[in-house]
Amino acid sequence: MGSTNSTLIKIPNVDELIQETGFSTAHIIRLHDRFKELDKERRGYLCPQDFGAIKGLAINPIGDRIIGAFFSPGRETVDFYTFVKILAHFRPADNSRPKESSSPEPINSRTNKLKFVFQMYDIDKDGKISRIDLLKALRSMLEMQVTEEQLDSIVDRTIQEADLDGDDAISFEEFRKSLEKVNIDHKMSIRFLR
Amino acid sequence: MMEDFWASFFPVLMIWFKCLVLLIMLPAMFGISLGITETYMKILIKTLEWATHRIQRASRAEEILKHSSSNGGLIQRDDSSLEQEIEELRRNRPKAAEQGDFTLSDVLYFTRKGIESIVEDDVTQRFTSEELVSWNLLTRTNNNFQYVSVRLTILWGVGVILRYCILLPLRVTLAGIGISWLVIGTTLVGFLPNCRVKGWLSELVHLMCYRICARSLSATIHYHKKQNRPKKGGICVANHTSPIDVVILANDGCYAMVGQVHGGLMGVIQRAMERSCPHIWFERAEMRDRHLVTQRLRDHVNDKTKLPILIFPEGTCVNNTSVMMFKKGSFEIGGTIYPLAIKYDPQFGDAFWNSSKYNMVSYLLRMMTSWAIVCNVWYMPPMTQEEGENAVQFANRVKSAIAQQGGLVDLAWDGALKRGRVKDSFKEQQQKMYSHMVVGDDSSD
Repeated sequence: MGSTNSTLIKIPNVDELIQETGFSTAHIIRLHDRFKELDKERRGYLCPQDFGAIKGLAINPIGDRIIGAFFSPGRETVDFYTFVKILAHFRPADNSRPKESSSPEPINSRTNKLKFVFQMYDIDKDGKISRIDLLKALRSMLEMQVTEEQLDSIVDRTIQEADLDGDDAISFEEFRKSLEKVNIDHKMSIRFLR
Repeated sequence: MMEDFWASFFPVLMIWFKCLVLLIMLPAMFGISLGITETYMKILIKTLEWATHRIQRASRAEEILKHSSSNGGLIQRDDSSLEQEIEELRRNRPKAAEQGDFTLSDVLYFTRKGIESIVEDDVTQRFTSEELVSWNLLTRTNNNFQYVSVRLTILWGVGVILRYCILLPLRVTLAGIGISWLVIGTTLVGFLPNCRVKGWLSELVHLMCYRICARSLSATIHYHKKQNRPKKGGICVANHTSPIDVVILANDGCYAMVGQVHGGLMGVIQRAMERSCPHIWFERAEMRDRHLVTQRLRDHVNDKTKLPILIFPEGTCVNNTSVMMFKKGSFEIGGTIYPLAIKYDPQFGDAFWNSSKYNMVSYLLRMMTSWAIVCNVWYMPPMTQEEGENAVQFANRVKSAIAQQGGLVDLAWDGALKRGRVKDSFKEQQQKMYSHMVVGDDSSD
């Protein structure tokens, strides 16, 4: 009875995972099931094509970027541990946990969530959202009919609004400032129902 | 020694056989019920309720949250549209919002939606079995429940013995009898010259055998709206969950089956059935020629003496929580469409055939070791193609009607997506909606 115990044994470093990500055992098992579902060829890791097979992601305008967030530069595979760590960004913040100043910042803190979103824009990963980054992002999110001029003017306006130190790019701090009034925890969290 | 064993075993076997025939086969053949199944179901329900109660008592801090919608989602989803969500994000802008504009926060919507679909895909979810909130004492559905109590384990153990040692042999025997009788009976009827009696006999044989087969699965079927039963020369369409659908439907009426010619046992059954009344079996190569397929179906439908044909337009097995896109081929034939909705109750046994996970034999084995199959069939009023409606729209109309009747979710996704890729047009739709919010209506600045 209960395949739970046998499933837990199959997941390597599960205690570490729970500790680092804050997911409950049940959620880790669900994510493991999902991982196995996506890993159709049972290789123990996922590659970009496995993500590409997800229909909801395929119709998402920034689907490719989201997939890219799972793969560190130069790597073509992602194992379950990393998979869960990335998804941990989207855990709702637990306000019940007492904040210990010595422990490292949890993966689902506001800053880390913002960092994840920053990644969606900063494609060349140079720490700043440049005009080119923003142009590329907008191109993928908008339809073909939108002209280059329109894109340019939108990019101009956006950088003007957010760039505070005049370097014609948006740094992470500037990005954070421009989103300071947004309820990041609410908008960037996924709640498990069971 | 061996002779003694047989000498004592044989009478037992005979008694068992006689019981089988009297208590199950004969009533099944004539469509009457002795009430054994009803009593069995009542006991089963009581036991499962008790088991659920125990589990719920045992789970303390980890509350089993009630899922908000009927399709048992894993994560909470917002039902609001793209526009609503982005509007909300923009409400917190530092500067005043202009008519149609871009904000850095817009991307939060797409990011979250993307991650949601990584955790739980609306489409992929339909192709795995529906998970139950409470456990029905079948190990295969026990994902979330840890060891609860000794009593529950014992009950589960008793259940295993009951299902594998008593029910399974019984059911396999019945299935064997049912199928052999089908083959023999239809072949015998096939020797008669074509006349009304032949038709009547053929229907009788088919009905009896399907009823025995249904008993072999401990299937309890409730038919609703029988006044809408399909008539000759019509086309019946139904949602598809498993190969058992055919047995379920054929228990209450006779249909002409449509399908591919198989080899082996299936082939024998197909050929035998063909002898007593016309069915439509296609060679593999013929299936690719859509024109030929449509023509043959049309010929059959136009012949008013032939039985209504049964088609499953989804083209693949879906897990019975939703209805996928109907292929338009069936709706181009013309003639009256009789929609049928089939909904299985997952409480007693999961009828969904996940063909990528189980082959036919292991699937049937799973079916025969479940508690029972309970399902509801609704006969819906006939529908015909309306003026100015093309086949695709007609198909969608029928699909919505079936989904609504059966309490299933009506999805626009294509069942072929189980294996294939998404069309780009879906992505373009998203881009279009978002563009509208950023640059407004006119594309010229």
